[in-house]
Amino acid sequence: MNWAGLYTVLSGVNRHSTAIGRIWLSVIFIFRIMVLVVAAESVWGDEKSAFTCNTQQPGCNSVCYDHFFPISHIRLWALQLILVTTPALLVAMHVAYQQHQEKKLLVLTGHADAKHMEEVKKHKMRIAGSLWWTYMCSVVFRLLFEAVFMYIFYMLYPGYQMMRLVKCEAYPCPNTVDCFISRPTEKTIFTVFMLVTSSICIVLNMAELVYLVVRACARRSQHHSNPSSGKSSFYGHKHSSEYKQNEINQLLTEQDGSLKDMLRRNSGLQEKGDRCSAC
Amino acid sequence: MDWGTLQAVLGGVNKHSTSIGKIWLTVLFIFRIMILVVAAERVWGDEQDDFVCNTLQPGCRNVCYDHFFPISHIRLWALQLIFVSTPALLVAMHVAYTKHEKKRRFRNGEKIDIEELKNVKFHIRGPLWWTYTSSIFFRIVFEAVFMYVFYYMYDGFQMPRLVKCNAWPCPNTVDCFVSRPTEKTTFTIFMLAVSGICMMLNLAELCYLVIKVCMKQPRQTTALK
Repeated sequence: MNWAGLYTVLSGVNRHSTAIGRIWLSVIFIFRIMVLVVAAESVWGDEKSAFTCNTQQPGCNSVCYDHFFPISHIRLWALQLILVTTPALLVAMHVAYQQHQEKKLLVLTGHADAKHMEEVKKHKMRIAGSLWWTYMCSVVFRLLFEAVFMYIFYMLYPGYQMMRLVKCEAYPCPNTVDCFISRPTEKTIFTVFMLVTSSICIVLNMAELVYLVVRACARRSQHHSNPSSGKSSFYGHKHSSEYKQNEINQLLTEQDGSLKDMLRRNSGLQEKGDRCSAC
Repeated sequence: MDWGTLQAVLGGVNKHSTSIGKIWLTVLFIFRIMILVVAAERVWGDEQDDFVCNTLQPGCRNVCYDHFFPISHIRLWALQLIFVSTPALLVAMHVAYTKHEKKRRFRNGEKIDIEELKNVKFHIRGPLWWTYTSSIFFRIVFEAVFMYVFYYMYDGFQMPRLVKCNAWPCPNTVDCFVSRPTEKTTFTIFMLAVSGICMMLNLAELCYLVIKVCMKQPRQTTALK
């Protein structure tokens, strides 16, 4: 499991995201993960071996390095990227659950042929109903993780700038010892770069939050202004996930024989099911 | 996520590019990214370990290396290649959006062959022309900016054998020797030449697109007459 594996997993989520979500995913993979792998890791590669202290006291080098770099930037960024990309898996799980329910419905209504099953897998879920809440939670968690990690960075390495020289007096160093960091300018450049892309991602996430809220409000006001749409809107509204969920729940809560009775009783419902599976 | 994944992502864009665009992409992957990965990274691999200064003063070597090489050539080239290949994603996003719109029309009842939709090649006209032209423009701008940054930082593209350093804590002025200077100069000039070729290809593509649009305009006006 490496970054490529994560890319494969998250590309699947891409299909059900908003346009802003897709841009966010591209920025994460190209400007953060890729830069981390191809460039930043080689800059920090020799951070300990080239950390030199002006002393011959054994152990002083290690102790001073550990004192000034409790956790390396590279590891912090890797953790940040993993935690920030993981909430998207909530959405993937929810979509998989909904697809599973749809497939069950198809089986129950007798449309379990390969063509309909493939269609269920391929069609794009609209971000409405419970999926909207899941998506919102995932965006909120992303924002939270980004902010937390930026704060941790600021606490551990105040100012984002890498010093050339640090003065160390931890035991066993005799008195105060000058220690020199390797490639401080290059490290500062990459730290600032990663910081800027992190901020861009935070802005994209906030924009996505606002977009989702505005869209939901617009949809709700549209629904309120057309309350008497009646049956025609049900048949026309082929991708209403709330409608489908209600239907699925109704069908699945009544098991065994009562299910067939119910289906026979509600032939209208079956008709609706037919229409829905044909979409 | 590495160069291979970037190649997979950009390979998709290739389908909707002009012939010059396809040549540009090939030059980018074979003569720049591949050379960077298989050759240049090894040449610069020991750049700090083998940067030797004529002093026993601890820390002097680190400081002098940092002073003369604020950002390594390898990292600059990696960033340049990432920035230069990213505008092509604008085109990919536009194409994806157009396909999405066609699918939506298909779902709403219009008769469009779904198989054809998957394999269709979009002609570069209308809003796609503008997106494509913008992406080429950005490519040219990024190439030029990075070439300037290189020139500004390393004063002329040649790697010196010896640099004289007097940053603290080095006592007085100290001679420091760069590892593999000739090999580094060779690769720098090679990457510069290929970068120049890519810029030429981008300019040619831009001219080709503009001329194509201009040729179409008079033909349309004569057809109307």
